[in-house]
Amino acid sequence: MKKYSFTEKKDTRSGFGAGMAELGKTNPNVVALCADLVASLKLDAFIKNDPQRFVQCGIAEANMIGVAAGLALSGYIPYATTFANFGSSRVYDQIRQSVAYSGTNVKIAVSHAGLTLGEDGATHQILEDIAMMRAMPEMTVINPCDFNQTKAATIAIADYDGPVYLRFGRPTVPVFTDPDQPFEIGKAWLVNEGADVSIFATGHLVWEAILAGEILAQEGIDAEIINLHTIKPLDEQAILQSARKTGCVVTAEEHQLNGGLGDAVCQVLSRHLPTPVEMIGVNNSFGESGTPAELMKKYGLDAATIVKAAKKVIQKRK
Amino acid sequence: MTQTDKQYDLGQLKNIASQVRRDIVRMVHACQSGHPGGSLGCTDVVVSLYFELMKIEEEKEENGFLKFSREGRGEDLFFLSNGHISPLFYSVLARRGYFGMEELSTFRKINSRLQGHPATHEGLPGIRIASGSLGQGLSVAAGAAYAKKLRGEDRKVYVLMGDGEQQEGQIWEAVQFAAHHRLDNLIAIIDWNGQQIDGPTETVMSNKDLGAKYQAFGWETVKLANGNDMQLTVYALKEAGEKAGQGRPVVVLMKTEMGFGVDYMMGTHKWHGAAPNDEQLEVALLQLPATFGDY
Repeated sequence: MKKYSFTEKKDTRSGFGAGMAELGKTNPNVVALCADLVASLKLDAFIKNDPQRFVQCGIAEANMIGVAAGLALSGYIPYATTFANFGSSRVYDQIRQSVAYSGTNVKIAVSHAGLTLGEDGATHQILEDIAMMRAMPEMTVINPCDFNQTKAATIAIADYDGPVYLRFGRPTVPVFTDPDQPFEIGKAWLVNEGADVSIFATGHLVWEAILAGEILAQEGIDAEIINLHTIKPLDEQAILQSARKTGCVVTAEEHQLNGGLGDAVCQVLSRHLPTPVEMIGVNNSFGESGTPAELMKKYGLDAATIVKAAKKVIQKRK
Repeated sequence: MTQTDKQYDLGQLKNIASQVRRDIVRMVHACQSGHPGGSLGCTDVVVSLYFELMKIEEEKEENGFLKFSREGRGEDLFFLSNGHISPLFYSVLARRGYFGMEELSTFRKINSRLQGHPATHEGLPGIRIASGSLGQGLSVAAGAAYAKKLRGEDRKVYVLMGDGEQQEGQIWEAVQFAAHHRLDNLIAIIDWNGQQIDGPTETVMSNKDLGAKYQAFGWETVKLANGNDMQLTVYALKEAGEKAGQGRPVVVLMKTEMGFGVDYMMGTHKWHGAAPNDEQLEVALLQLPATFGDY
């Protein structure tokens, strides 16, 4: 097992803020919109650099998406920001008609995705957004795993001409990826090469997969870990290549099982290479209040669950 | 960019409107679907905008059609929020020179660029955003107006909405946004025909005094007592243009008659989304002189 370590923990939303701060200086076409959550989205540095390119929209997300579409068709690169719940389920039709169907170059960049929003509870803990955005034609869906990757993704999507849903989170998590990493949309990152089981993880679950890989290694199980930061378009080649080698798969995400990364992986496998799969995610339920760590444990989104799933799926291997 | 040197006189605008109305009823008849009522009611204002008021790129492509850029830098822009009156939009765009008039015959048919509701997806020149799901156009227009402000461009952004559409919550989010950000280059036009699919707006979901609502949000208002009188319509749009540029967005409250120009389509909501049969088409066309030749 390749060694991964970290010296600090940071929130992925701060990675977004850092990416925006850089874009503010390097790309004059980038503008930011926010629905009354500037501090939560870490936009202060971007705004300080050039207040003219920040559009405060107030608590009115539907209008924000439309305004972003209008800015985009006028040649700007708008990042429409809010919490993931309010930037997906609340405004699905606005994104569908004014962004995806209209092909406007809008980046929907949303924080506080998933259970790890924590104490605010289920009203704010969106666990269906990947499914919704995956189903939308022409939409790209990205869920980076740590501060550095979120920063890199934030910067990279400015160079891609098309709608993007970029999802990140609130809690501080280990910073373990390269600060100078290249970010390629749709290109999976091979975290660890292994032969016994493939673990496909996204977002906060990538670090948990690494922890699981270390536990498995101690028990003589050689896990391959792949970070699928881009859920759409999915890196089918990477999935098939790994599954062909290991013959069994675990998927892990901070999202509903219905419609998420696991479903996306299963779709690829069932069509091209039927393979036993264990899926880790939230099983058809809403979240609740609690600390991020408590919630991840209670809902089985942690290293221990991944280890269990890996052992189980290895048994199913033909 | 060349400034349009062709100033149309009133008679010319009326003639264009008559031909556009013929196009509308022929288009919805040909596919036996679509929304003639609101299209006919809004014909005068959209013709006024494209043939008199708006500054658009007059340069042509090699194929003879107008050059179209979605960004529309240096141009006045028009957004149609009540996308169901697409036959009107398509006819005006074709007659103005964005694409060939023969394409109007493909409206709502398979493999057409003229979708049931306006779309950019098939690349139809003249369309900048999809519309149809109501309540979104004002937000998009506000974004485009904001962009022109950012660029220091001195051009206007027009958006047409329905009065039933004012029932959508997003409209009022956009109304407060435009006033807050002082988008005085934004001119909204409300087609106040008092009808919607389920019946008179007064009985479905009353709008009460729309003008007072917009004023309370910080907008300038212009009243257009008869948006089916070409001269009054041009005057009202010019008045709106004069009120623009003073720190507030402007709304034109435009009273129209749904189905205007075809007697049996007027005074009822029944032709909101219904197509005439062969006989009804003949009756309608007798009332609408062919001024420029049918497509």
